[in-house]
Amino acid sequence: MTTPLLQMKGIGKSFGANRVLQDVHLDLFAGEVHILAGENGAGKSTLINILGGVHQDYEGQILLDGTARQFKSVLEAARHGIAVIHQELSLVNTLSVADNLFLGREVCRWSWLQRTSMLAQARQWLAALDLDIDVTCPVEQYPVGIRQMIEICKALSLQSRIMVMDEPTSALTEPESQRLFGLIDTLKQRGVGIIYITHKMEEIYRIGDRITVLRDGQAIGTARSHLLPQDTLVTWMVGRTIQEQFPNHAPHTGEVCLQARHFTVPDPDRRGACVVDHVNLAVHAGEIVGVAGLQGSGNSALLNGLFGTFGRRVQGDVQINGRPYTAFSPGHSIARGMALVTNDRKTTGLIASMNIIQNVTLASLKAFCEGGFLQPKAERRAAAQQSRALNLKASSLNEDMDCLSGGNQQKVVLAKWLETRPRILLLDDPCRGVDIGAKHEIYELMTRLCTEGVAIVLVSSEMPELLCMSDRILVMHRGQVTLALNRDEATQEKILYAALGKRNNA
Amino acid sequence: MKDLKTPGRPWTSSPSARALGALVAVLLLGALFNAEGAFFKWGTHRDMLRAVSVFGILACGMTGVIISGGIDLSVGSILALASVTFSLLTIHWHWAAPWAVLACLGVGMACGLCSGALVAKAKMQPFIATLAMMVFARGLAKWVTGGEKISQAVKQSDGTFAYVDLPPLFKWIDSRILYDNISVVTLVFLTCLLLCWVLLNKLRAGRYIYAVGGNEEAARLSGVPVGLIRIVTYGVSGLCCAVAGMCQACQEYQGDPEAGAGYELSAIAMVVIGGTSLNGGKGSIWLTLIGVLTIGYLDKILSINAVGEDKRLMLTGIIVVAAVLLQKSRR
Repeated sequence: MTTPLLQMKGIGKSFGANRVLQDVHLDLFAGEVHILAGENGAGKSTLINILGGVHQDYEGQILLDGTARQFKSVLEAARHGIAVIHQELSLVNTLSVADNLFLGREVCRWSWLQRTSMLAQARQWLAALDLDIDVTCPVEQYPVGIRQMIEICKALSLQSRIMVMDEPTSALTEPESQRLFGLIDTLKQRGVGIIYITHKMEEIYRIGDRITVLRDGQAIGTARSHLLPQDTLVTWMVGRTIQEQFPNHAPHTGEVCLQARHFTVPDPDRRGACVVDHVNLAVHAGEIVGVAGLQGSGNSALLNGLFGTFGRRVQGDVQINGRPYTAFSPGHSIARGMALVTNDRKTTGLIASMNIIQNVTLASLKAFCEGGFLQPKAERRAAAQQSRALNLKASSLNEDMDCLSGGNQQKVVLAKWLETRPRILLLDDPCRGVDIGAKHEIYELMTRLCTEGVAIVLVSSEMPELLCMSDRILVMHRGQVTLALNRDEATQEKILYAALGKRNNA
Repeated sequence: MKDLKTPGRPWTSSPSARALGALVAVLLLGALFNAEGAFFKWGTHRDMLRAVSVFGILACGMTGVIISGGIDLSVGSILALASVTFSLLTIHWHWAAPWAVLACLGVGMACGLCSGALVAKAKMQPFIATLAMMVFARGLAKWVTGGEKISQAVKQSDGTFAYVDLPPLFKWIDSRILYDNISVVTLVFLTCLLLCWVLLNKLRAGRYIYAVGGNEEAARLSGVPVGLIRIVTYGVSGLCCAVAGMCQACQEYQGDPEAGAGYELSAIAMVVIGGTSLNGGKGSIWLTLIGVLTIGYLDKILSINAVGEDKRLMLTGIIVVAAVLLQKSRR
């Protein structure tokens, strides 16, 4: 048996009194994809940070090719061929592709940049990964999927033999993901070992050779992926058996709550173009309408446009509960009973510098005021009630956002919107980066809200979620609705076909 | 200062504890170099408070602006504008004090609202917008006065000077009350502090100020009137400038269009030394009070020990860096 590329033995780590990792073993062979799975807060990121040289004080041993190593810095780990590709990409967006690839190790002669040779070299690297892009263009002009590949290319050019990918597909469209998987196959053939973190079941079985599951800082088990049935995997992750991932739910269709005719959102970057193009939509009380589509298809922009994120730039005829709505500002939307859970809680959902109570009451603060003066007791009461109802796990309501796991942060966002007592709930990928347990709770919440007569519009990047939760599904492609399906006639194939557009008539 | 009680974290990580640490260090320095006991006399502290009050009033308004994620460079110039307006109205034009005060507050607030509108509506960067206001207000102050100081000496048409009486308000604000134990300007400062505390901690607008500074987009999507809140913070800062300008005029018995140059930097330094983050969203008015006292005491201790101004400035620079590093290292 060959020596593993990497062995992590008996890794332990505490933050203060908080024990986050306990005696974790992990090994990685060349040309292997090792999936690291586990709920949010299981300790995956900490383990990766130890490997990447972010944390230097840990227990246990890291062996590279059988030799013990101790990394004093991120740079040192990188020198030993360890590359961590983070969720937040670490490229400088305003610099060109080539400049990014050479950042920190520019080719110079007498401190003059050797531009021609760098460009040639950069093109060569990209060609090796079948990436055909202009290396002189700023990185920001490319979509996230391409940026990720540039980053992988950079890691490869640094002679990295161990690549850690932390939820790389969370921001990618389906074709982009497929392309990434192809790239991963290429990397495997080149003998690169990959540690791959993901929440998505399909990916685990699509690309994983072996799986290690972490739970509460402990390694629960490691197995070859084809020998590990999905049920067992889920049990390992959550520590309990989830019989059915999606709750049963029957539509409670009532009156039309939200109706949009010829709703159009102009593209802010391109004159004359639209991100949402004459969409017709009607959502009834107690109904979940799913809006499928690849990234950039306009499904997310549709929700944001209706809610007023883009202000009054949008056009079309919108009615809420039969009354016309033209204000298109978040404030007015909230007053009319609309709520929008955005797809990125860090940048548009939470206020990290405020505590749980302040975040929960932010959107409905007028209700907690008398003559402009805040009523702290009422605020605390409401936040406590919401956090109980949503099963929020926090040591205190004064806790800051950065102490909470992704799932709990999302619950705070949900609590904020539920506190506004919405009648129309717009959910833009509400389960992104949320662990399985919390996901299930969010699904149950949606079901419960439906029975209470709330109209829900759901945009999701995960197909099973859309298929199982929606009563009706609209599929969008390039800003237009290309297909409308009822629950019983919807299949993954039909949706994907429509989402890709009818042009590729295969 | 409820941060002190946050469970699960060492008390040293709370911003108020760290800011207090810096203040205590400066006070210990004072006790050590007490200039033959001068530091232990109340008079020293009273004079320190008097000297620091004008800056403190500016820092009050600055705190709100900085928490909302902005910066206000125009405070020194607006102070000068308010100070010459007040002197002109009361000394030369003999306006009754209440009307003059209201007019000054109006002028200050108008300048602040103007900066705020440039930031919120015209989407200019706060640094640029308030830099423009800083230059403009200074120019306006000079234009109003013709570049001269407005004092008791009033120039007559024949070129000679006639002396007029100083309105009683000047003397009263410059006086000390409570058996000579505290300056009136210090009380004005404390009142501003209290009002800003009510605004930032008790009113809905205050919560919105924190939210806008913490994450503007998330706040906007939660229905917070972001533009209005920004305008309000600059307006409040302008009001504080007007109050500070009037105090300055009373202390100097004149309105000087050159007054307040560089005050904006002192006010920002006081807010930042307290621990309020320039990134916005974090901080409090009490931290600003600690920052004001830290700088005030530092200056006082150096001056009672007869350290020359050259060394004083250098030392102040070093200690500002040390205080901020101290706060960073434990984060």
